[in-house]
Amino acid sequence: MAQRGIREYDAKRILANHIERFSNGTVRYRGRVALVTPDTGIEALSEEKPWLKTEKLTVKPDQLFGKRGKHGLLAVNVTYDEAKKWIEERMNTTVTVGKTSGKLTHFLVQPYIELAKEYYLTFAGHRDGDYIHFSTAGGVDIEANWDKVTTINIPIDAKIADVDLSPILKGVSGSEKEQFKNLVTALFHLYRELQFGFLEFNPFTFKDGEFLPVDTVARLDDTAHFICSEAWGEIEFPVPFGRELRLEERYIKELDEKSGASLKLTILNPRGRVWTMVAGGGASVIYADTVVDLAFGDELANYGEYSGDPSTDETYEYAKTLLDLMTKDKSAGCKVLIIGGGIANFTDVAKTFDGIIYALEDYAERLKEQGIKIYVRRGGPNYEVGLAKIREVGRRLGLDMEVHGPDMHMTRVVNIALENLKGGM
Amino acid sequence: MVKPDYVLFDRDTTAIIFGNQQAAVQRMLDFDYLSGREKPSVVAVINPTGGNKGLMTVFFGGKEILIPVYNTLGTAVERHPEADVVINFASFRSAYNVSIEALNYPTIKTLVIIAEGIPERQTRELIALSKKLGKWVIGPATVGGFVPGAFKIGNAGGAMSNLLMSKLYRPGSVGFVSKSGGMLNEITNMISLNSDGVYEGIATGGDKYPGTTLIEHLLRYEANPSIKMMVVLGEVGGTEEYEIADALKAGKITKPVIAWVSGTCVKVFPSEVQFGHAGAMARGAAETADAKNAALKEAGAYVPTSYDDLGELIRRVYEDLKATGEIEEKVEVGPQEIPADYNPRTMRRPTNIMSTISDDRGEELLYAGVPISKVIKEGYGVGDVISLLWFKKRLPKYVTEFLELAVKITADHGPCVSAAHNTIVTATAGKDLTAAVASGVLTIGPRFGGAIDDAAQYFKNALDRGLTPKQFVDEMKAMGINIPGIGHRVKSVQNPDMRVKLLEEWASKNLPTHEMLDFALEVEELTTAKRNNLILNVDGCIGILFVDILRSTGIYSEAEIDEIIAMGTLNGIFVLGRTIGMIGHYLDQKRLHARLYRHPWDDVLYMLPREDAVLKYREEE
Repeated sequence: MAQRGIREYDAKRILANHIERFSNGTVRYRGRVALVTPDTGIEALSEEKPWLKTEKLTVKPDQLFGKRGKHGLLAVNVTYDEAKKWIEERMNTTVTVGKTSGKLTHFLVQPYIELAKEYYLTFAGHRDGDYIHFSTAGGVDIEANWDKVTTINIPIDAKIADVDLSPILKGVSGSEKEQFKNLVTALFHLYRELQFGFLEFNPFTFKDGEFLPVDTVARLDDTAHFICSEAWGEIEFPVPFGRELRLEERYIKELDEKSGASLKLTILNPRGRVWTMVAGGGASVIYADTVVDLAFGDELANYGEYSGDPSTDETYEYAKTLLDLMTKDKSAGCKVLIIGGGIANFTDVAKTFDGIIYALEDYAERLKEQGIKIYVRRGGPNYEVGLAKIREVGRRLGLDMEVHGPDMHMTRVVNIALENLKGGM
Repeated sequence: MVKPDYVLFDRDTTAIIFGNQQAAVQRMLDFDYLSGREKPSVVAVINPTGGNKGLMTVFFGGKEILIPVYNTLGTAVERHPEADVVINFASFRSAYNVSIEALNYPTIKTLVIIAEGIPERQTRELIALSKKLGKWVIGPATVGGFVPGAFKIGNAGGAMSNLLMSKLYRPGSVGFVSKSGGMLNEITNMISLNSDGVYEGIATGGDKYPGTTLIEHLLRYEANPSIKMMVVLGEVGGTEEYEIADALKAGKITKPVIAWVSGTCVKVFPSEVQFGHAGAMARGAAETADAKNAALKEAGAYVPTSYDDLGELIRRVYEDLKATGEIEEKVEVGPQEIPADYNPRTMRRPTNIMSTISDDRGEELLYAGVPISKVIKEGYGVGDVISLLWFKKRLPKYVTEFLELAVKITADHGPCVSAAHNTIVTATAGKDLTAAVASGVLTIGPRFGGAIDDAAQYFKNALDRGLTPKQFVDEMKAMGINIPGIGHRVKSVQNPDMRVKLLEEWASKNLPTHEMLDFALEVEELTTAKRNNLILNVDGCIGILFVDILRSTGIYSEAEIDEIIAMGTLNGIFVLGRTIGMIGHYLDQKRLHARLYRHPWDDVLYMLPREDAVLKYREEE
């Protein structure tokens, strides 16, 4: 659905698999990387990758966060045994990086690279083309040394072969120029053809003619999966560090991937008292905004949306998952559920509401037990039928429910709900 | 009439819809009708899988109309050069190729891409191409937008009730642009409640790289004198809103802008959350909603403190403009009157049967639009009537003459051929005329009379592929297929079929060229060299000549000729002609009081198996 970060391991694996093709053999990279996970230990990997036991190693977490050295999460120039121990001590432990806490589960192991010279190279897409940033002063302080970075823009419809790369390679000595030109050209091809949105090597170096990226950050455009699935190989798009998916989130994600419609769910605070089930990518953000703007941000339990005309079944599964989560914790006190949405263009309101109604029937007892108040606001095709049905079901099941149509301002129900919540405190 | 650059859609704009989107087309036509447009805004539909080409039935007001369906965009663009909009409903997999094709047609000025999930690089390539060609792309990942009272894209604006509620049948004074398609109706409704309504509303789509950006549409609105104020709904992620701030500061936008950037909630989220829109993800502080709202406010836009106050702010700005006379009170015009008994559920019951060749409802019976009185008074022949009812055209005289000639020649071929024989047997069994004739008609098929279609098809195909007569004969032999239209049981080179000679004569007199017939005669030369009864027969000759005739008219494309053959039209000539003969045979038998026909024993070879050989497979005690 967008550009998403991939593991450094996967980036280097893709690189190693394709660099020969994209460089016509002028760039060499063996791709000596290993990924240690809770299921695959370093011992098991060493059979296929004997260098793990013969080389000095570098070890670091591979979970989409940087500045690992600064957080003491980097082991360099260590032996196999030291690396093994280092990983074992940290596997499945929780660490805090910046403001985010999360569990360490994936570690990248590669041969230790002695850096005589640290180079920086980044490819980054923008609306009209792709930037290539290059510097001979790479490394951890690249931001501080940004004045030494040179940049050129490759227009979206230009061929890299037609672009003069010399402006960014000024700092490279004459004898090395050809090597760097080949590298930049090949990596740009790879970046473009394999649908990367961002690809950074910082730092990298050359040793015996081999390209050696030390740290790599990459984002792939996951919508290009239908074009690149073969070239990417088995690819994972990990959730951001500190955002391990809950069972329910994973379930909705799977539903989403199988469906032509869009179904999203993120749990922000399972003990929060404001729950939302909103239709539409744009409207759902505005509902969340309004909760936050009205100073109930820390009570907002979830972000989510369903859109693109989901089937009754899909809406039922979505609603059930949410109601289950919402009614799990009885101790949280008075809670509200906002079934919101704008005026739909083509989503059949009556049909999607059928799914919500089935879920309300399933959870009616728990909703009543916990005194949950439900606020509905929706418009669009067939909304009259949809609203009448849900109103009727609210009455039949004895739910505490308010139902509004497009004649009421979209986020007005948030106001009313939060006022009630305040009153109930 | 040349439209100003800032106008993408007006009351005359027509569009081609890529995708078999009946519901979306219907919604566009509902809008057209309410807006009092003279003509529907959709001129053609592309169904790329081709399964359902032909016509789409939709309603324009209470009236059912037909919209042509093609299987390629190229055909539609060629046939409808007046359409300058393509609305591309192709899936994310094929949307790119369709879009490239659409942008490259000179007549297409605006392209709307509905699909969500198009790879960003593909979209960026489309953007680069559209800029180079000076065209507008709206989307991807959008429902499009509308110009109230003039034109509506696809599903934008929603159902009829919303079109009425938000008064989308007549223009207001407010230009609106948002990223979110889902919020288009919501804010349009908000605007209509707080002002005189929307003049134009566009959703640029939720992707990171929309085909056109918020500012591009705002600059159009700035240039459009009918738009007096603008409303923008931005979103967390990206930097587009800063372009608006810059334009405000630089004085490129002077009309009041009311702006809100959604996604202010992000600040309380513990880590990054991908919203429903691909582009809605802040990378860096500058891309947050709060930063962008602040920048817009500083640049002079009206920015509410929360979305909740947006409607109020719109009202305030509108009232101010009215007070200064900037916006004049407009006379409220209602939507075009809908028939009093209008009820979409009953009126819009799609019909099960379509008829495009005749109509008996009016004062006078119509054959393909021609009143029967004209057919009679102006001396239309039987060939002309066939021409009207089979081809929906009054074809040139030599064509109708050929049809009549073919009917005459095929009218009968003696009592022994299968159709006549069946008719006779049925008639002697005491059945009525229809049963007797039907039993005869039912024998017409691949072995009897059905060769007309096949001959036309095989010979045309061979000629289309540039085969020489020899290659064609060899190919058919290799496939083990007898060449349809070649061969006769009794006639031969020495004893030619007079009917074929008559047809050939007619052709040389009436057709300037007859490529198919020439080819067939060359084939005949080869086949008769092998056996002298392998002549071009009457079925073959009619089928082949008909292709020459259709080509000579210049009315039909090759694809259409192929379709005419594939539908079985040519066999129709045989069925029609031979029915005359079968009726004759029926009447003949009745007149003769013929007795029940019983086939003589001695004409049947009886050859039954032995009883034990049959029963041995079931050995029950």
